[in-house]
Amino acid sequence: MDLFEYQARDLFAKHDVPVLAGEVIDTPEAARAITERLGGKSVVKAQVKVGGRGKAGGVKLAASADEAVARATDILGMDIKGHTVHKVMIAETAPEILEEYYVSFLLDRANRTFLSIASVEGGMEIEEVAATRPEAVAKTPIDPIDGVDEAKAREIVAAAKFPAEVADKVVNVLIKLWDTFIKSDALLVEVNPLAKVASGEVIALDGKVSLDENAEFRHPEYEELHDKDAANPLEAAAKAKGLNYVKLEGEVGIIGNGAGLVMSTLDVVAYAGEQHGGVKPANFLDIGGGASAQVMANGLEIILGDPDVKSVFVNVFGGITACDEVANGIVQALKLLEDRGENVSKPLVVRLDGNNAELGRQILTDANHPLVQRVDTMDGAADKAAELAHAAK
Amino acid sequence: MAIWLNKDSKVIVQGMTGATGMKHTKLMLGDGTNVVGGVNPRKAGTTVDFDGTEVPVFGTVKEAIEKTGANVSVIFVPEKFTKDAVVEAIDAEIALAVVITEGIAVHDTASFWAYAGKKGNKTRIIGPNCPGIITPGQSNVGIIPGDITKPGRIGLVSKSGTLTYQMMYELRDIGFSTAVGIGGDPIIGTTHIDALAAFQNDPETDLIVMIGEIGGDAEERAAAFIKENVTKPVVGYVAGFTAPEGKTMGHAGAIVSGSSGTAQAKKEALEAAGVKVGKTPTETAKLAREVLAG
Repeated sequence: MDLFEYQARDLFAKHDVPVLAGEVIDTPEAARAITERLGGKSVVKAQVKVGGRGKAGGVKLAASADEAVARATDILGMDIKGHTVHKVMIAETAPEILEEYYVSFLLDRANRTFLSIASVEGGMEIEEVAATRPEAVAKTPIDPIDGVDEAKAREIVAAAKFPAEVADKVVNVLIKLWDTFIKSDALLVEVNPLAKVASGEVIALDGKVSLDENAEFRHPEYEELHDKDAANPLEAAAKAKGLNYVKLEGEVGIIGNGAGLVMSTLDVVAYAGEQHGGVKPANFLDIGGGASAQVMANGLEIILGDPDVKSVFVNVFGGITACDEVANGIVQALKLLEDRGENVSKPLVVRLDGNNAELGRQILTDANHPLVQRVDTMDGAADKAAELAHAAK
Repeated sequence: MAIWLNKDSKVIVQGMTGATGMKHTKLMLGDGTNVVGGVNPRKAGTTVDFDGTEVPVFGTVKEAIEKTGANVSVIFVPEKFTKDAVVEAIDAEIALAVVITEGIAVHDTASFWAYAGKKGNKTRIIGPNCPGIITPGQSNVGIIPGDITKPGRIGLVSKSGTLTYQMMYELRDIGFSTAVGIGGDPIIGTTHIDALAAFQNDPETDLIVMIGEIGGDAEERAAAFIKENVTKPVVGYVAGFTAPEGKTMGHAGAIVSGSSGTAQAKKEALEAAGVKVGKTPTETAKLAREVLAG
């Protein structure tokens, strides 16, 4: 889960990483009181989870409370690279910036450990710096058990060649930032820029944080960090039912068991779609190993409720859960939805393979549901589902 | 011979007495796995009856090893307690720990992986969030259905559970030496490379099938390894060509960010290493048949 800048700022503040004052608002008028509290000037910053907002006009200085309201009016509702701005942060204006640094801690998948990245050439061009002059970016592996103590922080500072006069301050920031990383179960904490200002202080002016949703069981505070505005209504409904669903932009609804098989199903449907008017998968939905009638019904309800869906492909491999149980689940799910008065009118292509496949297929044949077609290979079923979606388009 | 697991493997189950542990212990016993014990400190000294097979419950992994000579542990404990369970297995120096549990916080995995390293890597860890490992006809550790394939000469390594099953089923007439599901989490114990190296050295494996998916660069590194070290034929499949950037698709690791980690990049890297890569699971199975037929 990626956080907004204001959420990252709040998290940094909670862990004593030095930050500037700032508050988030979603109506322009609210900018007035905050700007007055900040001494009559502020920075209005669009809150979007995408880089390059400054260049897109999403960050503006305001020299008065009136101006802050005007800038907030401009920025709220703005589109930045496909992200609508629902919130702006009204932040304290930065003191004169002398230097901009970069520091982060993150998961290093390849080496199965954590990593610190630090550079004295922070700011907007850090990716460019990393690409063209990798020697200007210090990467230091961090042992997950030993963590970052003062000695490790000094090692990072030395590796990145921070100037002596800020070394102690950067060491302090690194220790506090590591604390944020560990205590929040973060996958990434990044400060860019970490600014040296005229007073000599070192302040985190902007930050990025990504949290591990698998760790939510020990972080009740994650709940309120979820971005409710961005959630697609179908995704929100699926989440409420405990389903692993992602809305995509195509026409063929997909239900399958197991993340890998469902990802593969999306690919196979997209390939098949190339022969059928370019139809694409409408979603990712993994109903997991169990695939009970109830879960199948919940899944079908979400998929059938998507107006973009023109046909549905149910792709199940019977492993521990045998295909006859899955077939009964599909038949019961359709009945359940019809009994509930749901409009079940889209064609379903069902492919069952694996344990007790023959039994499962027989159950579907016997049920003889007018909307259900059986195709017994994954590629063949994908082709049929794409064909039906194209025909209904 | 197979890799890492055979008929002589003595298996204990951490979390055997929970619902998932009970269900799968029964299935593993049914597949002929030599399950010699369970671990649960609160139920130590009791036994559990699985259709007439009495399996003793021990208080600790260490005790279970001392009393049974166990060399494999399969872990079904809930995600909140998994890290402690793996650390216990590492401390007891069991040869193989298979972590089935899904939804483990990545800081926990990073921590037990680092711990295994500090203890000298005496324990091979498979997983977490994986279906386990099966040497058909000999032993099955985890949740892979035991009856969808038969013993044979293909070695399989895969990030995904259901794709493992799909491939085992497609090639069931040829059969498998060993199939390993390594899991799709951002940090895993055993990697594609570990499995490729083991299959390369296994005289009972003639062909290796490798299944990957979007996210990370494990497949690219595996490709480099194959180029240098693997002389046996390798057939590959990568899931997630049409996955949109920045969306997590079920597996915590299956997320594409930026240009690295895409299915296309992985496919190209594998092909450059001489691996035949299928466009769909079925086409991949067909390629495997063609390679074996010469």
